[in-house]
Amino acid sequence: MTGKVHLDHAHIRRLLMAMLRIRRFEEKCFELYTTEKIRGFMHLYDGEEAVSVGVIEALRPQDAVVATYREHGQALARGIAMPALMAELYGKQEGCCRGRGGSMHVFDRAMRFYGGNAIVGGGLPLAAGVALGDRMLGKDTITACFFGDGAVDEGSFHESMNLASLWQLPVLFVCENNLYAMGMAVERAEAETHIARKAAAYAISSAVVDGMDVVAVEIAARQAIEDIRKTGRPYLLECQTYRFRAHSMFDAQLYRSKQEIEAWRKRDPITRLRAWLEQNNLMHPDEIAGIETAVAAEIDGAVAFAEAGTWEPIEELERYTIMDRVPQ
Amino acid sequence: MSATAQTRMTYREACKQAIRAAILADKRVFLMGEDVARYGGCYAVTKGLAAELGEDRIRDTPLSEGAYVGAGIGAAIAGMRPIVEIMTVNFSLLALDQIVNNAASIPHMSGGQFAVPLVIRMATGAGRQLAAQHSHSLEGWYAHIPGLKVLAPATVEDARFMLQPALDDPNPVLIFEHVMLYNREGDLDPGVTAVDITSAKIRRPGRDVTLATYGGSLFKALDAAETLRQEGIEAEVVDLRVLRPLDMATVLASVARTRRLVVIDEGWKSGSLSAEIVARVVEQGFFDLDAPIGRVCSREVPIPYAAHLEQAALPQAAGIVAAARAAVKGA
Repeated sequence: MTGKVHLDHAHIRRLLMAMLRIRRFEEKCFELYTTEKIRGFMHLYDGEEAVSVGVIEALRPQDAVVATYREHGQALARGIAMPALMAELYGKQEGCCRGRGGSMHVFDRAMRFYGGNAIVGGGLPLAAGVALGDRMLGKDTITACFFGDGAVDEGSFHESMNLASLWQLPVLFVCENNLYAMGMAVERAEAETHIARKAAAYAISSAVVDGMDVVAVEIAARQAIEDIRKTGRPYLLECQTYRFRAHSMFDAQLYRSKQEIEAWRKRDPITRLRAWLEQNNLMHPDEIAGIETAVAAEIDGAVAFAEAGTWEPIEELERYTIMDRVPQ
Repeated sequence: MSATAQTRMTYREACKQAIRAAILADKRVFLMGEDVARYGGCYAVTKGLAAELGEDRIRDTPLSEGAYVGAGIGAAIAGMRPIVEIMTVNFSLLALDQIVNNAASIPHMSGGQFAVPLVIRMATGAGRQLAAQHSHSLEGWYAHIPGLKVLAPATVEDARFMLQPALDDPNPVLIFEHVMLYNREGDLDPGVTAVDITSAKIRRPGRDVTLATYGGSLFKALDAAETLRQEGIEAEVVDLRVLRPLDMATVLASVARTRRLVVIDEGWKSGSLSAEIVARVVEQGFFDLDAPIGRVCSREVPIPYAAHLEQAALPQAAGIVAAARAAVKGA
C-alpha cells in the first residue's frame, strides 16, 4: 500500500473515516428500512466503499461527479451533508432534493454532484456533456462518472466512451465492477468480460484496480487523472469490487453462493485497512474507536435531523417541474 | 446580407438565420448534431454556418443520439446553452431516455437545484415519400411529458424568432420543424423582431367553425378555409404553435365564438395531442359547442412509401373541408 500518494497519518485517517461513515450510515439505513422510515428502492454499497472514497479523494472541489443509483457512498465521500442525505431518504423537505429524489436520485449543486441516476448507463452521456460544457467555459476540471458493470451492457456506455474520446473530454470513467448487474453475472452478460479492455476500442487508456483496497484505488485514480491532464483524453478505471448485501432490499440472492459472499467478505476494504494500520502500528485502536464514536454521533445527528424534518407541502408538488430561472 | 432588405425567405433560411444570430449573440450557445457542420445539415438548415462560426460552435456528432442529446443536457447543466439537432423525430427515439428521464426529470427530481436550459430541434412529419422510419409525427408524445416545452413553428416568422426565447427559457424546449415547410417561402415583417413561445395565434379569423392545428397542417387548414369560404363557411384557423403547455385559452375563446371545432393533427388519433385538445374543450367548453367535435388526423398506419398511399394516410385539405362542413351543417 504505497505509491505516489503521501500516506501521512491525517490522510489515512481521512480514508478510514470516510469508509466507516458510509458503512455505518448504511447499516443505519438498513435498520431504518426495516422499520419503514425509509421506503422505495434502496441499494446499499456495503463492500464497495473503497471505490468512491479512493476516487473522490483524488478529485478537487471544482471537479464534477456523476453517480449511479447505488450512490450513498459516492454522495457521502463527495461531502454531501449526512443530515441532508438522511432527510432525503426519509422523504423530508430538508433532504438534499426536498425528498423528491430519494435514495436513487441524490443531487447536490454545491458539490457538483449530478445525480443519482436510476437508469443504468443514463449518467454516462450526461458526464460527457458536463465535461464538454466545462471545457467550453474554459474550466480546468475533471468529471468523474461512476457506473456499474451492468452499464457496460448499454449502448450509452459505448456511445459515451466514443464521444468522450473523439472530443477529448476530461472524463474519468469509473466502473464499479461488482460482478453482478442486479442478478446478471458479468460472464453471462458480456462476451468480453475484461471490461477495461473495451476502452481500447475507443482509444481510451484504462487500468484495473483492486476495488477492495482504498489506497490502491486512490493511487490508480490519481494516475488516471494525471493521464487525463497530460493527454487531454478520458480514462477508464475498472474497480473490481463486491457488494456484500443484496442488490436492493428485495433480493433473495439466488444467483450467487454464500461461499462466494464469504470469500469476498474476507477482503472487506475496511477490515483490511484497519488490520494493516494495526499491524504496522500506524493507528492506535483507541483512535479507531474514537473515529467509530464520532461516526456514530454523526449518524445519530443525521437521524435526529431527518426525524425532525418536515414534509414538503402538497401545494408545492408541481414546483420545479417547469423552472422559472436557471439556478446560479 | 442586411436584416431589413430581405423580407421574403424560406423557412429553412429563417431557421438558419435564427441559429446564426443566437450563436453570434451568446458565447454559451452552440449547435451539435449529425452532419450539421461539413455536410450542412440533412435539410441544409446549417449549410455554411460551420465555415463562418467554426466547428466548435457548429459541431458534427457521431451517430449516437443518446450520447449527444445526453451530452447536450450535461453541457446545459454545466452552464452552456446548447442547441441539439436531431435529424428527425423518428431518430429521437434513440435519445428518448435522455430526454424523458434526464432533461425533463432532473429539475423536479433534484428539488429545483438544476435547470436544463437546452433546445432540441428536430424535423417531423411526412410528405416526402421517406416511408415509415422517417415520416412520423411524434411531437404529441413529447407533449405528454411534464418538464418539457414543445414548440411547432409553422410560419417563417416563427421559424426565425422562436429559437431565441427557447434558448432564453430555463427549461428543455423541443422545436419541431415539419419537413414540408423547409422550402416554403414567407414574408418577414421588418417590424417584428421577436415572438412569444406561450400563445396560440389566430391565422385567419372566422365565425363559423374553428380549425385548430399546427406545423405542416396549418397550410392545409388555411387552404381548406379558402374552399369553405367559397361555400359560405367562414373558418377560423388557430395555429397552436406551442404544443406544451397548450394555450387552451385561445382555443376555447375561438370555440366560444364559432361554437364548432375541428382539430387537425398529422399525428395518429389514438392517445394523441388531438385527443387531448378535444378532451380539454369538452371539459372546459362543452356548453359552447353546437356540434360534435371533428378530427382530421393521419390514418393509423406506419406512413408508407408509395406517393398515393402516403397522401391517403395524411390529413388533406379535402378531409378538413368535409369535417368542417359536417360540423357546420351536420353530417
